[in-house]
Amino acid sequence: MTVSTADRPLLEVKGLAMHFPISEGIVLSRKVGEVKAVDGIDFAIGRGETLGLVGESGCGKTTTGRCILRLERPTAGQILFDGQDVSGLSSSELVGLRRRMQVIFQDPYSSLNPRMKVGDIVAEPIKVHGVERNPARRRTRVDELLSMCGLDPKFADRYPHEMSGGQRQRVGIARALALEPEFIVCDEAVSALDVSIQAQVVNLLEDLRERLGLTYLFIAHDLSVVRHLCQRVAVMYLGRIVEMAASDELFDHPLHPYTQALLSAVPIPDPRVEAGRAFRPPRGEVPSPINPPTGCVFHPRCPMAVEACKRTRPKLRELRPGHWVACDEVH
Amino acid sequence: MPPLLEVKGLHTEFRTGAGLVRAVDGVSYTVEHGETVAVVGESGSGKSVGALSILRLIADPPGRITAGEILFDGRDLLRLSETEMRKVRGRDIGMVFQEPMTSLNPVLTIGRQITETLEEHQGADRVTAERRALELLEMVGIADPRRRLRQYPHQLSGGMRQRVMIAIALACNPKLIIADEPTTALDVTIQAQILELMKSLTRKLGVAQIIITHNLGVVARYASRVNVMYAGRIVEAGPAEAIYHRPRHPYTMALLRSVPRLDRPRQARLDPVEGQPPDLTRLDGGCAFRPRCRFAVERCGETRPTLEATSDAGHLAACFRSAELAAEEAAA
Repeated sequence: MTVSTADRPLLEVKGLAMHFPISEGIVLSRKVGEVKAVDGIDFAIGRGETLGLVGESGCGKTTTGRCILRLERPTAGQILFDGQDVSGLSSSELVGLRRRMQVIFQDPYSSLNPRMKVGDIVAEPIKVHGVERNPARRRTRVDELLSMCGLDPKFADRYPHEMSGGQRQRVGIARALALEPEFIVCDEAVSALDVSIQAQVVNLLEDLRERLGLTYLFIAHDLSVVRHLCQRVAVMYLGRIVEMAASDELFDHPLHPYTQALLSAVPIPDPRVEAGRAFRPPRGEVPSPINPPTGCVFHPRCPMAVEACKRTRPKLRELRPGHWVACDEVH
Repeated sequence: MPPLLEVKGLHTEFRTGAGLVRAVDGVSYTVEHGETVAVVGESGSGKSVGALSILRLIADPPGRITAGEILFDGRDLLRLSETEMRKVRGRDIGMVFQEPMTSLNPVLTIGRQITETLEEHQGADRVTAERRALELLEMVGIADPRRRLRQYPHQLSGGMRQRVMIAIALACNPKLIIADEPTTALDVTIQAQILELMKSLTRKLGVAQIIITHNLGVVARYASRVNVMYAGRIVEAGPAEAIYHRPRHPYTMALLRSVPRLDRPRQARLDPVEGQPPDLTRLDGGCAFRPRCRFAVERCGETRPTLEATSDAGHLAACFRSAELAAEEAAA
């Protein structure tokens, strides 16, 4: 697989799978099935690159992020972070990894402890990891982090409820940066924000990436934000990657019928453009990941499906340089 | 013909620990028979409270409608008794809310929730109501409706639950549907299906709609007229085409500029609306958008501008400088 940097990619995911068991019975619990949240995916992210991971609810994008962060232990596959396989590390072995990998969550309301002052929230990781034991110097560092995220250091003495959604998300970002990580998983990091605030936070994430040389996995369902922020994009459907390409290539020449459906469903904020658009919403709904369709998982909703799609699972193929598609009907 | 709905000088307040919040602060607009009006705004702009006020669904305390008239089909809804109002809700005005899981009753079957509405408002007997429920589910595109009627909300997907909500909203042939963020909780392909369904059904049945949303794309796709709200007031109103192509209020201009668009080349940087959303407990006598406005002048701090006509027909803006901004744009 090609990666934008010549070096070894910072993150390489190989054959990642996460299957959650479904149990029945309380006393004599037994496994009756499994949810294949992530079902064998491969991708890599180069240093300083932002990879967008898009798809609808239940496609496995968040679970993928959680596996990489090792908040879940994957069922199968390898997660190579800077060359080291972290997929099987024990919780004590993970401590070092946590400093290098951080996360920004969607909801700035529930991801900050309401009883802690902003300064303590941001200082917490520094304290826990014993990076700076001197309280005065820790305070200086917190002020620095807050200013870096566009917040006045005086916010350190406030509680999250005294701040707006956008300001809270900046606190969440400052906390993620506290340990000087190299890699950040942004899980719907701007989705809960008001439209007028979203652009501010997107710009902040871009500035920080450039200034600190960060690498992002940007998980989101808002395709226009993803196109703006990401160099490459992977589209997931029912636990699998169906298409992956450089951002401009993917949005200008989507090849997979699912990506095409997804893009045509996004309304453009312009009544003239909308009036002139031929528009067919994709039919049906996403099937259950407990009992996914055979062959290509998209075939029941696909306008291009043929008999063979019901039998064989299409592999990701590189149809154009750097443009990977899992569909046997596009050439 | 008089408009179907005429909201005049509506004020809704909330008494909170932090002080008095004028969530809706003098809002007036009309909805014609069969038309779709979008109310756009961010959290705290008063768009949902305004819609709930029409239905008189404001919890008192802490909320209260303190002034205004809501003329619906010739009657002032604010003067009706609670019993009369119950007949309006669900019969004359249908409702679709954001979260279908919380607005459907989890312990009643889908069928029962539809027939209940029909029995309550139209005095239908059980058999007629069931036949109509089946028809309604077919109309909103639910496959295998006979089986679905016997199921409970948790057995349906989010998109299907929203289809059921639409079926209930349409059950009594209302004249108006108020949809508060009807697709915000849904995935984009399902959002597209649901909006397409609402659009075709309301057209076919001649039902007027008020769609409340923060999504500028949804508005562009579906509404003929738009009200833009900020800090409890309508700051700009007019035909969708005019609002998107000749915005006359700096907030609308900034909002439209700040969203990345899939149909345009990628920008180097987004152009955000600077500053923070307004704190409604601390508004002064000036324009509420002033602290974030790049065109603000001294006068904006002294009085709050009212909605005034612009050079476009039916296009209003509440900004002292809107004529000036229009002239500048024309010159450029």
